[in-house]
Amino acid sequence: MIQVFAFYLFAALTCIAGAVTILARNPVHSVLWLILAFFNAAGLMVLAGAEFIAMLLVIVYVGAVAVLFLFVVMMLDIDFAELRAGFIRNFPLGLLLAVVLLVEMGVGIGAWSVGGITLGTPDGSAATPAGASNIEAIGMLLYSKYLFLFEAAGVLLLVAMVGAIVLTHRQRSGVRGQNVSRQIARRPDEATVNVKPEIGQGVTL
Amino acid sequence: MIGIGHYVTVSSILFVLGVLGIALNRKNVIILLMAIELILLAVNINLVAFSSYLHDLTGQIFAMFVLTVAAGEAAVGLAILVIYFRDRGTIAVDDVDNLKG
Repeated sequence: MIQVFAFYLFAALTCIAGAVTILARNPVHSVLWLILAFFNAAGLMVLAGAEFIAMLLVIVYVGAVAVLFLFVVMMLDIDFAELRAGFIRNFPLGLLLAVVLLVEMGVGIGAWSVGGITLGTPDGSAATPAGASNIEAIGMLLYSKYLFLFEAAGVLLLVAMVGAIVLTHRQRSGVRGQNVSRQIARRPDEATVNVKPEIGQGVTL
Repeated sequence: MIGIGHYVTVSSILFVLGVLGIALNRKNVIILLMAIELILLAVNINLVAFSSYLHDLTGQIFAMFVLTVAAGEAAVGLAILVIYFRDRGTIAVDDVDNLKG
């Protein structure tokens, strides 16, 4: 009974938070509602027995992506009221699109629930091993069958990181930075020089 | 009892909300990116629900890859947003015509 209550709680809060995310006037509020939606989706995933993905969702989305959004929203000095100008004008078309999509999905779910079509059956190679916890089973599968995909995901993240840094990095003029190669090229014997200048003559360094 | 249909319904609603967000906030790129995150979240819920339903962990593995792509997409998208704002002083998508010949 508690599962049913928990499911409806999480599901309702996910949908409400998602709706307020796209309707909120203030983008900062949008980000906060998005965080709530992610939390409740993580709750839904815990209910389905996928603890690892749920924790990943909380760590990656709430801890990294949402905070990144928050930083960007707060850094940019934008008149958000002006950006909402087309909101009412776009409303009928957007609503039509949404209703068509929802009806389509309803038809899909209905067709599937009366039998659907069988595209194949799991071959059992990715079944949960008996006695293993969720994270253990995912680890065993990830580091064997999906190893190359896992590494490709790592490369993807590296490329995204390098891309984001390269895009936002800017060379500012008039900044006296550290000259590393010149520092390394210095030798002790040329670091200090003993000179005896003539009286009245300057010293060249 | 709660079944796979309930999960698919929730993820459908979330997906439609994401699409609606893209259609409504056509000027504000930040909300657009958040709507895309909502769509990817709906996809993840679907993957996890079917993984649990079929007792096949592949769905959860792919939910992880979707998460990876979503994180990379958010990082690069926001970086583009920041440099665009630095260049133009606005983020209204209607004015974006830098690549127009």
